[in-house]
Amino acid sequence: MKTRRDFIKISTAGAGAAAISVKAFGSKGFGFFEPKTEGPVSDEDLTPYPTYCEVCFWKCAAWAYVDKNGKIRKVLGNKNDPHCNGRLCPRGTGGVGMVYDEDRLKTPLIRDTRKDGSQYFREASWDEALDLVAAKMKEVKEKHGPEAFGLFNHGTPGGQFHHLLRAYGSESNAEPAFANCRGPRSSAYFSTFGAYVGSPECTDIRDTKCLVLIGSHLGENMHNSQVQEMSDAIDKGATIITVDPRFSTAAAHSSHWLPIKPATDIALLMAWIHVLVYEGLYDKDYVEQYTFGLDYLKDHVKHMTPEWAYGITTIEPEEIRKTARAMAGAAPAVVIHPGRHVVWYGDDTQRGRAMAILTALLGSWGKRGGFYFPEGVSVPHYPHPHFPEPKWTWKDWNDGKYPLATMGITTELLKASIPRYNYKHQVKAWLVAGTNLPLSMPDKPLFKEAADAVEFIAVMDTMPMDITGYADVVFPEATYLERYDVLRASPNREPNIALRMPAIEPKYDSKPGWWIAKQLGERLGLHEFFNYNDYAEVIDWQLKQLGTSLEEMKKVGIKKFPRKSGPLYLGEGEAFDFNTTTGKIELYSVDFADYGFDAIPNYTKHPEPPQDFYRLIYGRAPMHTFSRTSNNPNLSDLMSENSVWVNPKVADLWELKNGQEVWLKNQDGAITSFPVKVRITERIRWDSVYMVHGFGHKNKKLSRAFGKGASDTEMVTNVLVDPIMGGTGMRGNFITFLKENPEVEGKEVKA
Amino acid sequence: MRYAMAIDTKKCVGCGDCVVACQTENNVPHGYCRDWIVERVDGTYPSLSLEFRSERCNHCDNSPCVRCCPTGASHIGQGGVVLVKHNKCIGCGACIQSCPYDARYSHPEGYVDKCTFCLHRVQKGQLPACVDVCPTKCLYFGDLDDPNSDVSLAIKDRKWKVLAPEAGTKPQLFFLT
Amino acid sequence: MKEELFVSGRNIPNIDPYLNIWHWQIPLYLFLGGLAAGILFFAGYYVVRGKENTMEATVKWAPIIAPLALVIGLGALFWDLKHKLFFWQLYTTVRLDSPMSWGAWTLMAITPLSFIWVASYMKELVPGWDWKLEIVNKMEAWVIKQRVAFAWVMMILSIILGVYTGILLSAFNARPLWNTSILGPLFLVSGFSTGLAAIIWISKDEKERRKLSRIDLILIIIEIFLIIHLFMGFLAGSETAIEAANLFLGGHFTVSFWVFVVVIGLIFPALFETLEIWGLHVPKWLPPAMILFGGFMFRFIMVEAGQITRYLY
Repeated sequence: MKTRRDFIKISTAGAGAAAISVKAFGSKGFGFFEPKTEGPVSDEDLTPYPTYCEVCFWKCAAWAYVDKNGKIRKVLGNKNDPHCNGRLCPRGTGGVGMVYDEDRLKTPLIRDTRKDGSQYFREASWDEALDLVAAKMKEVKEKHGPEAFGLFNHGTPGGQFHHLLRAYGSESNAEPAFANCRGPRSSAYFSTFGAYVGSPECTDIRDTKCLVLIGSHLGENMHNSQVQEMSDAIDKGATIITVDPRFSTAAAHSSHWLPIKPATDIALLMAWIHVLVYEGLYDKDYVEQYTFGLDYLKDHVKHMTPEWAYGITTIEPEEIRKTARAMAGAAPAVVIHPGRHVVWYGDDTQRGRAMAILTALLGSWGKRGGFYFPEGVSVPHYPHPHFPEPKWTWKDWNDGKYPLATMGITTELLKASIPRYNYKHQVKAWLVAGTNLPLSMPDKPLFKEAADAVEFIAVMDTMPMDITGYADVVFPEATYLERYDVLRASPNREPNIALRMPAIEPKYDSKPGWWIAKQLGERLGLHEFFNYNDYAEVIDWQLKQLGTSLEEMKKVGIKKFPRKSGPLYLGEGEAFDFNTTTGKIELYSVDFADYGFDAIPNYTKHPEPPQDFYRLIYGRAPMHTFSRTSNNPNLSDLMSENSVWVNPKVADLWELKNGQEVWLKNQDGAITSFPVKVRITERIRWDSVYMVHGFGHKNKKLSRAFGKGASDTEMVTNVLVDPIMGGTGMRGNFITFLKENPEVEGKEVKA
Repeated sequence: MRYAMAIDTKKCVGCGDCVVACQTENNVPHGYCRDWIVERVDGTYPSLSLEFRSERCNHCDNSPCVRCCPTGASHIGQGGVVLVKHNKCIGCGACIQSCPYDARYSHPEGYVDKCTFCLHRVQKGQLPACVDVCPTKCLYFGDLDDPNSDVSLAIKDRKWKVLAPEAGTKPQLFFLT
Repeated sequence: MKEELFVSGRNIPNIDPYLNIWHWQIPLYLFLGGLAAGILFFAGYYVVRGKENTMEATVKWAPIIAPLALVIGLGALFWDLKHKLFFWQLYTTVRLDSPMSWGAWTLMAITPLSFIWVASYMKELVPGWDWKLEIVNKMEAWVIKQRVAFAWVMMILSIILGVYTGILLSAFNARPLWNTSILGPLFLVSGFSTGLAAIIWISKDEKERRKLSRIDLILIIIEIFLIIHLFMGFLAGSETAIEAANLFLGGHFTVSFWVFVVVIGLIFPALFETLEIWGLHVPKWLPPAMILFGGFMFRFIMVEAGQITRYLY
């Protein structure tokens, strides 16, 4: 089937081959002609520039050290920054690799067709590329209305385009981070506490006595400050309880590891709630004063005993009781970590609710060692005219479904782009900034159909990621170390702001996101929304409003402000009005009940793997983030490909050897494009397999990442949609092993 | 003065930050590393134990690499730190053969290279790059002869082990267990 | 199940997954060094015994091979160095702890010595040879007068050379296969045996060959004894030693070691030489060729296998 937009695979065979052959020579021996490698450079010869990291979303403030030749030598954490406390994670430390990766996008690219009909990217000037995108935006506005131009975004690059689109008249944007990651817990915690857990989460792990990780693999995800605080907690002798079907790093450092059967977490949570309620271990004063619905809860969990949970979760009733009592003993200094990527089985908002209810029963919300009240600096907006009101927004795609969604749902944006889904409001073109949709979205066939259906796709990225293969125009973005950007003002214990300024000029012909957005804005006649020449002016204005200046921030990088919203924690017996319908913490969710959802979570049984299939569980590795870093030379050195973890009993059954390459096939017949190596390990159960996410890139321009490992996302074709907020549950997929290359067998390889 | 390092395996999560930080600080070429992470799993599901070790040159007290170097390029520097003088090294590889920890490697430029405990930083009162960056703060560095240094305090009250003690090298990297 | 693996992507060229930093150059050098040691030792020995004229091949002809072998061996060593321009640093210091330093200096002494030895016989080897320079003629006369002293020096140096090739490896306690004190004597005996084999090959004198063959036979028997002892030691040693031995007892190197080194390199030559002594005729070049082949293969296999053995991971 010929698609309108071919996935353009451009090979850099020449450059790649040269690089490999030089390395294969190994030692050259004669130091005569090549310049000697410099040893370490003394700090006196380095100039530090403040920035905050963009490799992941933790946004740790850092200093980029530039040597006398104008090369960034290393990036170290800013000691005053609460996100990192002076210590960056491996991705941040390897951030220099992002700048000096030769595979970076260097010039704007425009899709063109050759005489023989094949499509390719030709290099273009900025003017040509910007003119083309602006022309398309005008065209869409005239033909379909500005709302028909959608945006997929993540991180600070997206922010600039969000501003542009709002000025243009569209709020048709969606971030994978919502429906494909943490959305369910936002809706769950908001409906319970009237507040979001935020990013970084407001967990007071530093002072906790008991840390409960259910759906969080701290240590394998490098959520910097939280991993640091977990280490502090270990030093202080805190009890760590990890619930995970896999023996994760966190499980290894825990006092209790509950090897739960996958898809049964709600049963365990409800059993814990049962123990707390029926053994009277919950915080009676706190619950009395601040919560609503205890009677409903008591009634609801009556039959959810540990024995009942044992039959479902395979966790011994005694263990359930012991861990519940440990939590209660540590209360209120107990953190039930809300998790991060929580889209599992489609009932994830309810699971989040169970965790929130547990938190409330332990009385730890708003208490030291539990959850603190974060506060962020309110950075004034640079003056611009009022945004035009769009006729419809992302809320309208949902068409009444997912009533408690708080942000655009990416899969809905995809469906709204495909005419045959017949959505009332159709999306005709996309801007994609900072997200690699083919590897981050489940249901790849849906994505491909949508990419084929829209009239125009413009992508802004730093690397030739897989998404660029689907674009009509590609904008090369300057990396975070080469640009100014919005002030970071994430909420934390102390309100603080961090500055990002360029350490070096953008390499090649790349440009900062703010410049691209402004250039497009100018061409669309939206000058008043971009009333500045250099983004430094915007930052300086904002800083002056806050009582400081760009000059000062350049010297310190981060500045803290005094709290204005009150203390970090609830005082003993202090009166507090929660931002919920009842004004109290809702153990029984009135909003959920109103919309016809379970007001208190129920356990639903989910399908189990069929014969010869194994549940696919995926997660993170601390040296990588998303699919973004697989090509980074520093980080691909640490981990160049993923592997599929297989239990030794399963390996015996299939006669698999360690390091053997297998293809994976899922229950819907999808097959991975590339093989993946087997790792035989006891750390995974016999009914599941585990893979680290972010590998299996198909774009040949990624010389280090192309073809390495397999993409777990290709195996996620069964999407379990959460009816409450549209979250896309991805863990209901099962895989089997193919030991022979399916192409050789003549089977169709589904890309 | 005897520099040494302690690694708390109860806190190490095997993130590899120490590896990247060393690479950017010391300009280690891609494809090579002066320190590395080893993961060790024991047991059968679900009775399992897991240990992460951040390993590097042990700067042994009885270092075989210094002993076997024919030119004296491998030598003991300040504080017992084992160093390599690049312009004395002939690249014969004897030291690589003699290290039971495989801590040395042949730098593409011909000489032999390895962890130097970031002596250039330590001499200025800073910590080695790996110790400075570790997010879990599981690396402790200091002078063993000073009872109040980080490393002395770390090994005082904890059980620890060294790698391959039977090789007789008297390594100075202590793994807290 | 026990799992121990690198998780930071460590894959250093020539070190992971198995150490392989010394390639064929080192075994070649060890072989040629042992060969030269053997030749020079016996050349010196028979001079001291006064048998200069009855053992012509040993004393006069075979030593031509020695300087060639040493130069080629040194060339191989130089080629193996990865920081070649600094090779001269070897000769700025004597490090008694380092067998490699010993070797460097011993070679520094024995190589010119072997050239001088051959040069001193030039007039006998090449009729009508004339040095053309008076000073060289004077030096030649002096050398010929001091020949016995030279012979003693050469014998001592050649023993050091032969033993050092083994001690070089056995001093690496990180490589369990090498870390045995039997290796020194084993390489010495093996070196002398290959030297004898070379001499036997080029000798045209029946009596000389028979004499040397008998000595060679004894050396081979000693070698076999030492090899058996080597393995007994490994199998009675620590786990790493047992693992090292297992490489040859069912592991990767089993066939190559026992066939090339033991059967072809030791047992068959011993068999043939015994047959010779009993009067049965065997092609004259066959046993020496097999010994030389076995000698080289022995060193090659030991260097390859030794690098694979390790303490950790």
